[in-house]
Amino acid sequence: MKIILNNRQEEFDKESMTIRELLDEKNFTFKMVVIKINNKLVRKEHYDTSLVRDGDDVSVLHLISGG
Amino acid sequence: MINLDFEEIRTRLADKSVGIAGAGGLGSNCAVALARVGIGRLVIADFDVVSEGNLNRQYYFKDQVGRKKIDALRENIAKINPEIDVEIHDLRLDPDNIPHIFGNCQIIVEAFDLAGMKKMIAETVIEKMPGKYLVMGMGLAGFGNNEAINTVKIDNIYVCGDLENETSEQLPPLAPRVGIVANMQANQVLELLLSKQE
Repeated sequence: MKIILNNRQEEFDKESMTIRELLDEKNFTFKMVVIKINNKLVRKEHYDTSLVRDGDDVSVLHLISGG
Repeated sequence: MINLDFEEIRTRLADKSVGIAGAGGLGSNCAVALARVGIGRLVIADFDVVSEGNLNRQYYFKDQVGRKKIDALRENIAKINPEIDVEIHDLRLDPDNIPHIFGNCQIIVEAFDLAGMKKMIAETVIEKMPGKYLVMGMGLAGFGNNEAINTVKIDNIYVCGDLENETSEQLPPLAPRVGIVANMQANQVLELLLSKQE
């Protein structure tokens, strides 16, 4: 499948994957993130069940302290 | 670049409202920059008081230590540009009050310190205020490394900073880099407010 991840096109060797699988595959080990699939918020409790499919637009925003 | 003279800029900004979520290093500096160019109205929310340790980066003065940040900031803005309408809220922002407090603002500036609060406001805007512009500050600790500071756009959310360096004992937030990011946020606000032809 081809998806847009953080404004960049990426290709994966799967037909779909959960948010958890995507984070593992990309080695995203951030402690605190905000994730959207097609502009809809995905909360942490749904990382194992929310599916990313071909054509999806996914955003992973890493949050860090300081202000 | 959009070419507009200062009179035109002030005229266009006069009826605009911008929310400032937090009046620390990012919020105080961003609010002052927006006040200087003549934004019509600033809605500022914070519960904290000015401390001695804030003076290395926040837009406060020694004789304001111990005072509520929202009161001190309103006073400092009035000294620069008394025409700005400053609305202050002495509270801790949460998913229930954010839509009410900032509902009438065209743009919200995220100016929190803690990552958990940054997450909270991003989730609140995505879920409860779809389409509202949110301009965040992310990664401003330490000094140097100018080239790493940038702005990233995710739909209606703009993220200014180096996206990497978290504050810590060994990586304190300091006036130059905090000021750069705060002013980048103000600059992004201006671009959003002025790029639309009205």
